Order: sequence, then structure tokens, then C-alpha cells
Amino acid sequence: MRRAIVTTTATAAGVVLLLSLKPHGQTASAQAPVISSGSDTSSTNSTTSTNSSGSGAGGSAAASPSAGPSSSTKAVGGSSGTSTKASYTGQAVDTRYGPVQVRIDVSGGRISKIDVLQYPDEMQRDQDINSYALPVLNQEALSAQSAQIDSVSGATYTSDGYTQSLQSALDQAGLK
Amino acid sequence: MGTVFSFVVRDPSPAVDEALHAAVARLHAIDARFSPYRADSEVSRIAHGESALADASPELVEVMARCAEIEALTGGWFSPYPEGRLDPSGWVKGWAVEQACELLCEAGSTEHCVNGGGDVQSVGGPWRIGVADPFRPGELASVLVGRDLVVATSGTAERGAHILDPRTGEAPTGLLSLTLVSSGPARLAHTDACATAAFAMGAEQGLAWAGRQPDLEALAILPDPALPKRATSGFLRYAV
Repeated sequence: MRRAIVTTTATAAGVVLLLSLKPHGQTASAQAPVISSGSDTSSTNSTTSTNSSGSGAGGSAAASPSAGPSSSTKAVGGSSGTSTKASYTGQAVDTRYGPVQVRIDVSGGRISKIDVLQYPDEMQRDQDINSYALPVLNQEALSAQSAQIDSVSGATYTSDGYTQSLQSALDQAGLK
Repeated sequence: MGTVFSFVVRDPSPAVDEALHAAVARLHAIDARFSPYRADSEVSRIAHGESALADASPELVEVMARCAEIEALTGGWFSPYPEGRLDPSGWVKGWAVEQACELLCEAGSTEHCVNGGGDVQSVGGPWRIGVADPFRPGELASVLVGRDLVVATSGTAERGAHILDPRTGEAPTGLLSLTLVSSGPARLAHTDACATAAFAMGAEQGLAWAGRQPDLEALAILPDPALPKRATSGFLRYAV
């Protein structure tokens, strides 16, 4: 099983735990438009590869070793204002429905934005599902950092690829 | 499952910090036993006939008893055999979140909120829980506020067996998503399983059934954006 990720803000401690349970085969998938969530809409991202497999482009922060449930809960946030910003692209992860890849923007030790660069959309139903479920997952991952909303309820489909790609991006960012 | 669990803790302390890790470990342990996607889980071994339900662990026996209660309460619209094969995930996910909350409570936390794949159990508060809008990705259809708030949503975006009508094996129609809201400790497994059942019932029957439950309120989003959202009469007391 994979890792726990802990992010801490000034007022709340938020943890995103990624459970990645579903075995998956590999299917090809067309490139899909980017799904984005987060307050930061400026474009400071480094160029990213949307090819499948391998670590994507990323910023300069040191990669974090993987952390298991026994890892420490580390405060990485709490700062505000003019901190540096960087983006990290997670690995493209093959799922039974096709590859999923996310990119995160990190500002002041917090995730400010999550883009879904690749997701399966071969069938209309895939598009319908993904255009809803992936933003819900993004909202969930970001909601712990929002002052307005504490959490988001919504129907999500199995998100193995999403969680793995997000984990890989967080590892690169040194967030845990 | 294969989903995202997130925790928000408003009263962090070293003890709660430790409990967070215990909660994570507990979630992994529940997953190892109950995941239908792991060939070596107890649920998979029984589903594949490699082991008998009669020899099940006390934990699985307990889960099956709770599933049977929901099955009776919902007139068979919830089933731990959604595709004819053992898969109690519709109960287990919410129950796993409840277990995580319990560990945090035991460590002294009185202010936390745990989200398991879009289903939320909160303790303390008031908490503000958004309901995702199926028509506007990234936007909210509603915001609910309350103490010990419990919110579960079922919908067509779920790709799990548990949204099939257990009677016909078909996907239900007439609803895009159905959200049930409740409040109180350890309420999510019940609320989530009821949301699954009410979604399978469809708009009319699902709303009517939810309206008869003394402890549940419902918000239904219909498959046409021109149609208004529908809710049970008590839903508005939670909505902002």
C-alpha cells in the first residue's frame, strides 16, 4: 500500500490519504483537455510531458522519500504571502480505463492548484464521468486548504491513477 | 475502492497526530480485508469460492449483519451482493471513515472531518460541506452547514457495482446524483448505504423513501440541467 500525505495549514491540519486498491490493465487513450481546480490560474508551470510513464517535469524542490503510515506528520505550510511557487507533474499512471496524470502547483508549502493533464475519454461515458469525477477529486484534495469549504461530497469513480499520479507529484514537491 | 481519504483536524495535538497515523493504518487494514479488488482479501476469497462465509472473521460477520439491516430498511435496494457476488463496499467505505473518526476521538480530538471518496463524517463544528455540481465541474451545487454533519452522495459518476439496481443488475436512470445528509456520530456508513439504495430507486421513489426516514434529508440532481434540483422538506435547514 502507499503513503500518507500530510499537509498542515495555519488553522487546520489536513491529510490526504491515498488508497490505491484497484488492479488495472493498460489501454490507450486520446489526449484530453486539462481539468483544473484551484485558485491559482496564473501560468508559471514548467513545460510538462504528457507522454505516458516516467517522472514528469518538475520544479527544483528535493524529492521526498516515500512515507508510510508510520511517517511523521510534518507541517509544511502555515506561511503565506510571497513564497515561491513551483509546479510538479506526477507520473502518468495507466489504469484499466486509460492513463491518468496530474500536475500540482505548490505555493508557500501548500497545493494551490491541481491540473489533470491526462484522463481516459475514449467513450462519451468516460468523458461524462471524468468531467465530473476528476474535479470532485481535485476539490477533495484542495478543500482542506480552503477557508470557505471544509470538505466536498460527490460521487467519484475509482481513482487509482489519480491518487498515484498525485502522490508522485507530491513526492517531487517534498510535501508529505 | 481506490479512492482518496482526506482528514481535516481543527484541534491538532501530538496525541491526535499519532491517532492520524493509527487511522491511516486502520484504513489500510480494512482495505486489506474488505477490498473486492485485492485477490487475497477475505471478501475476494469468499466471492471466488475459495473460502466460506460460514468461516468468516468476526469483523466480516458484523459487517454482513449491518448490511442485512440496510437491505431490510431499503426493501432490498441495497445489497452486499450487488452483482450476485459478495461485495459489501457500499457499507465498508463509510464504516472505515467512522473508524478513523473514532480513533481521532479517542485521542481527544473533538473537531475533525474525514472524507472518504466524497462521503463525509464530521465531528464537532459547525462544518461547511460542499456538494459537487454534476453539471459544472469544480463548482458546488449546494453548501451544507451543521455540527456533526454527515453527507453522502451517490451518482452516475461512480463506476462501482454498487450503483446497479440489485434487482435488475442495471444502472438506474432518472437521477444524476443523490445526496443524503444526516448528523450525529458514526452515521456515515448508514447514510452512505442509504444513499446508494435511494439513488438506485430513482428520483421519485428515492426522494419519497428518504423523506420517510426520520434521520435523513435528501437532495436530488436530475439528469437535465433545465430541471430544478429537488429536496426533501427538511433539507433546507442544512443548506446555506
